[in-house]
Amino acid sequence: MLLIWNRPGFVEELSEDERNAIFGEVDVIMKELTESGELVGGEALAHPAQTRTVRPAAGGGTEITDGPFLESKEQFAGYLTVDCETPERAAEIAARWPDVAHGMGVLEVRPVMEQAGTEM
Amino acid sequence: MTDRAVEDLLRALAPQVLGVLVRRHGQFYACEDAVQEALLAAATQWPGQGVPDHPRSWLVTVATRRLTDEWRSERARRDREVAVAVREPAYAAVAPPADEETPSGDDTLKLLFLCCHPALTASAQVALTLRAVGGLSTAEIARAYLVPEATMSQRIRRAKQRIEAAGARFAMPSAADRDTRLRAVLHVLYLVFNEGYTASSGAELHRAELTGEAIRLARELRRLLPDDGEVAGLLALMLLTDAHRAARTGPGGELVPLAEQDRTRWDRAEIAEGVALVTEALTWSAPGPYQVQAAIAAVHAEAATAADTDWRQIVALYRVLARLAPNPMVTLNQAAAVAMVDGPRAGLALLAPLDADERTANHHRLAAVRAHLLELAGDRDEARAAYLAAARATTSLPERHYLEVRAARLATDR
Repeated sequence: MLLIWNRPGFVEELSEDERNAIFGEVDVIMKELTESGELVGGEALAHPAQTRTVRPAAGGGTEITDGPFLESKEQFAGYLTVDCETPERAAEIAARWPDVAHGMGVLEVRPVMEQAGTEM
Repeated sequence: MTDRAVEDLLRALAPQVLGVLVRRHGQFYACEDAVQEALLAAATQWPGQGVPDHPRSWLVTVATRRLTDEWRSERARRDREVAVAVREPAYAAVAPPADEETPSGDDTLKLLFLCCHPALTASAQVALTLRAVGGLSTAEIARAYLVPEATMSQRIRRAKQRIEAAGARFAMPSAADRDTRLRAVLHVLYLVFNEGYTASSGAELHRAELTGEAIRLARELRRLLPDDGEVAGLLALMLLTDAHRAARTGPGGELVPLAEQDRTRWDRAEIAEGVALVTEALTWSAPGPYQVQAAIAAVHAEAATAADTDWRQIVALYRVLARLAPNPMVTLNQAAAVAMVDGPRAGLALLAPLDADERTANHHRLAAVRAHLLELAGDRDEARAAYLAAARATTSLPERHYLEVRAARLATDR
């Protein structure tokens, strides 16, 4: 899974051309992954302003607060699941993602756990 | 005929029908699509309306009709001549007599070789083999491999394009290529088997059906190539491995290691067939990696309890395997067997060089085997650390659970 972390609202600072270019780049990559049969799925997440965080409360039970869990410049913005031959290929896809290519964020590449296993 | 029987019949006929079409018309890409449509039509009609007298001819006729329809619509759409429109215009309307073309095993072999073409990635070879030779639908393959149907459909389309672009022909590979290509075919069937065997239960049931499919295709290959020891070896290995299925997971889906499995739950029929197959093959064939692995599985199968295992024989077989197919995973298994004969320290010594091999340095199996041998040697803390390292390195939930449990046991029961 490719986890996309970027600065919320960075798109607001872009010119229309820059914005269209970035959307175009995403389209190109998605089209390629669709055609190669590597794309499994993905979602983009709403602005972190709409986040609610649920955590254990100090006196037991839970508390729900507005806002994200991590106070960091980059927030989790969405993910992409790909089925690739090698981890290197997944990293190569991540490197082309506009957030990385334009220095607006980072992608984490993480293996997804599977239900299958062999006896040891 | 039951749905199940119809399904079995269709899967057996799929490669034969595709073979007939490709021989007549070439164009593997279009023929494969047409056969897939004919199979779907049969799967919907036959269970209710009964199976036609000549099911194979029925499929050939329907698939050919689809093919010519496709060509005609293409011609209408693009208003151009289609080179091979229909060689026999009347052909599509009349079913050929059932004996016109005897089904030929050569077709299935040629298809297998085509689907395992070196221009394809392993996952593409697997998908194409299951569809073109196994007769599975794209939806079934997608379910088994846990990807969306659109993704699998694209993967198959891409694989067919690659084959056409590579100029692959529907023919037997040359004598020089034949061995390499056959090894690729065996590897693909082995991958399909493993995918199904490692799947546990519940949500993974669709994947478990892959073992049956792999065994079916391996049997077919054995029928076509009775003189190949490695084909017999692969089928034996599959049967002997599949025999553990009922014993390999506990009630909660947790993995049960070989040494702790309830051997009364092993499938005796599969074991008997697997042992007979590999024993017989080794009498006339030069031993190859699949035969030797099957022989190791047979030694395990013949031990009534884990304590009765003839580890000396297993060590000797691993030595042969390491000569035939040297790779770090073989060394790993060899170390585990050596530990049972010469003690855990001897096994650990064999593992040491694997830390320097990039293929195994960070592999969870190296840490897991090391943990097991350290535990046998009584080094509890090191064993626990190695189990936890293995748990962090695996991407399998049941394996992680098993490794964490082993680590936890070492932390508590002093």
